[in-house]
Amino acid sequence: MSKNRKGIEVSIGAADAVAMADVDVIAAYPITPQTHIVEHLSEVVARGDLDAEYIPVESEHSAMSVCCGASAVGARTFTCTSSQGLALMNEIVFIAPCMRLPIVMILANRSLSGPLSIWNDHSDVMSIRDCGWIQVFTENGQEAFDHVFFAFRVGESPDVSLPVIVNMDGFILTHVIEAIEYWTPEMVRQYLPEFKPVNRLHPDKPVTMGAFGMPNIFTEAKMAQNEALLDSKEEILKAWKEMGDITGRYYKPVETYHAEDAETVFLTMGSLSETVSIVVDQLRARGEKVGQIRLRLWRPFPFEELRNEVKHVKSIIVLDRAISYGGPGGPVAGEIRAALYSEKNKPLVTNFVAGLAGRDVTVNNYIDMYEKTQKLAGSRVRQEDYTIYGVRE
Amino acid sequence: MSDKTIEEPTWRELQIGCVVSEPGNASQYKTGDWRSMRPVVDKEKCIRCGVCYLFCPDMAIYKNDEGFFVADLYYCKGCGICARECFTGCISMIPEEE
Repeated sequence: MSKNRKGIEVSIGAADAVAMADVDVIAAYPITPQTHIVEHLSEVVARGDLDAEYIPVESEHSAMSVCCGASAVGARTFTCTSSQGLALMNEIVFIAPCMRLPIVMILANRSLSGPLSIWNDHSDVMSIRDCGWIQVFTENGQEAFDHVFFAFRVGESPDVSLPVIVNMDGFILTHVIEAIEYWTPEMVRQYLPEFKPVNRLHPDKPVTMGAFGMPNIFTEAKMAQNEALLDSKEEILKAWKEMGDITGRYYKPVETYHAEDAETVFLTMGSLSETVSIVVDQLRARGEKVGQIRLRLWRPFPFEELRNEVKHVKSIIVLDRAISYGGPGGPVAGEIRAALYSEKNKPLVTNFVAGLAGRDVTVNNYIDMYEKTQKLAGSRVRQEDYTIYGVRE
Repeated sequence: MSDKTIEEPTWRELQIGCVVSEPGNASQYKTGDWRSMRPVVDKEKCIRCGVCYLFCPDMAIYKNDEGFFVADLYYCKGCGICARECFTGCISMIPEEE
């Protein structure tokens, strides 16, 4: 195992991983909301250290359009955005998976404006929950770094051929310095094969991509797209296994901490998961049977793994970092409840919406949530119940 | 997409990414299905000038053996531009149900 550790800003580390993956085309709009990821990549390309096209487009809509075009000719393609940038990109984001273009995008999760904001939550990614990309969440700098290689490997696999979003929390991850264990070029070569596109725009074999689909073909096209996303799971599991064999870090769709004998589990995604691990330690020290479930794979949703990990659990506290206005609470809780609805022993699912637009969620906050939930034990929480946590009344 | 694949492919039969692998097969697509009115030429009035041919946005008008310009109803969408532009007013748009 490599001991090539560096103390580095996570954005720079992620950009280095993209460069190490020998990406061919990077398209990005270089102004807020953006991170040092594409800024650093532009420097790497300008210096001549990476033989790639860096296309500074005029908007995020164009960034994703360029990515689609580049990927369609068989280029390894990368972009990165956040919040409003993702919102502007929206139209094209939905087209890439239907065209089966294995673009990789890091999404530095930040709140969607209204009020204007630049801070971290998950309202951006939840706005494209149903876009058809493979979507994973990372919890720290090392995970973000590792998942760049994972994303190219899985997305470009001929059996998958789908775009991949790597979520990393804005600021909490993107703008902090962490210790990241760099891969060696040999590890990258071993893990990430050359990109051989399933379809390719090439004069030797002309094809049309992105043609219209009449009503008599559209439903079949969507079925094929959905099946492709569901089937990608096999390659996802394989790619995580092989990464573990190379790096010693084995990732899973659903990861746990002291969940085996827990009666109550916190369910989290992204960087706040690390705080929850501390909370679990503290509550365990008090003798409470508490554990943690971390959802790493968001799409395709890991139903089987989730049900398996919580089948003995009495109570799940789901932390959401986005609101479904007028809906059944946060988007994560809604899915957890749906996933467990047909189970014989349904746990109590309580939902706290917290950490919006960068507001801290502290250890004491989680302990407070736990204590509030304990008081509900034995009662039945309605499907639509949720609490927006920490609101000043 | 060829006429055959347009009919009723299963989802498994679709090409990956819905690519069209046969170049130029858009010509097989019957845009004439969109038509609600069809252009009919009065040969008594037609001077065979071809202005309809020049203006047709779909290149759906061809010159027949007699030298008259007529619409290929496989492609003609019935937009009526030919009737509008005709110098002699020899083209009438007739509802398809008649």
